[in-house]
Amino acid sequence: MCKECGCGLGGGAVKVGGHSHDHGQGQQHHGDPGRAHPSLTLNLNRSLMEKNDRLAERNRGFFRAKKLLVLNVVSAPGSGKTTFIRETVVRLAGQLRVGVIVGDLATDNDAARLRSAGIPVVQITTGTVCHLDADMVSKAAAQLDLDQLDVLVIENVGNLVCPADYDLGEDLRVVLLATTEGEDKPLKYPPLFHSADVVVVTKSDLAAAAGFNREPTLANLKRVSHHAQVFELSARTGDGMPAWLDFLVRRRGASPGS
Amino acid sequence: MAEAVRMAEETARAAGCERVLRLKLRVGTLSGAVPEALRFAWDVVSCDTLAADALLEIETVPAACWCATCQSEFACLDLVNECPQCRGWSGELRRGRELDIATVELE
Repeated sequence: MCKECGCGLGGGAVKVGGHSHDHGQGQQHHGDPGRAHPSLTLNLNRSLMEKNDRLAERNRGFFRAKKLLVLNVVSAPGSGKTTFIRETVVRLAGQLRVGVIVGDLATDNDAARLRSAGIPVVQITTGTVCHLDADMVSKAAAQLDLDQLDVLVIENVGNLVCPADYDLGEDLRVVLLATTEGEDKPLKYPPLFHSADVVVVTKSDLAAAAGFNREPTLANLKRVSHHAQVFELSARTGDGMPAWLDFLVRRRGASPGS
Repeated sequence: MAEAVRMAEETARAAGCERVLRLKLRVGTLSGAVPEALRFAWDVVSCDTLAADALLEIETVPAACWCATCQSEFACLDLVNECPQCRGWSGELRRGRELDIATVELE
């Protein structure tokens, strides 16, 4: 269950590829209520996120050993994640081999879109869960032939809130912001933009039509995520894509595993 | 919160106890978690577990940011903040992102 919004309370099963994995069920209590025991107070001081954080570190070590550059792509629904990923993979053909893990609440439409472009894809259907976690990614990655890949792209569930707190074991967190969204998005959703290593402003071909205010948007981004590298591009027209692809090729070359 | 129940049950079993009487959470004001939502979730996910009747206590941790220029902490409401003394910007949070189990009381 997500700590942010309580999603997944229904206990729905997460499906990775074609298989389903039930979450653990609570255990029945058979204690004898009549017996009196002295109470015992223990200091735990443990983060509720520690299990995910530990699994994410395990993923990170595994992916490094496989010499993979791993991206966690996050944005609001409709910012253009799937088109951006498809164009990235297609344009990298011959330079870097890329596999994709796609997370969605329901349907495998995004996976089908990528698969039709000849890209190795695993779909995670999260059911009621609004984000991917490290365990789902680890199970999905096992279905890809990682030895045949240089880059693993994880397309997170479209959501600007909950994915911020779930480390998946990625090298780079890539947050998308479309020119059709408001310039104050980074200020409205600071945790996710703050956690970004890279921010990609997508749909630059629609900027004029959408009345995109470029300067205030970049100023807001700078304020919340001053450390993030920013790319402005249109996956549809290809405008701005070379700088992003060049960045990926250089990062893959410089990643510690390679 | 499902993770809080899992950790409480795990701790109870390891200590040979049969019930969780009380669980204290430490929640930062910038953790993104809302105490009312946590309480609501707690009632649902603790049902039919060793923590079913446990009392949930939530300690709120006010967020604090560090200004490297002034070498001082200041209270804040955001992830990136303007220092009230020098007006410089800082994103170095010292507290406020906690979502921890502090203590469990078992029987």
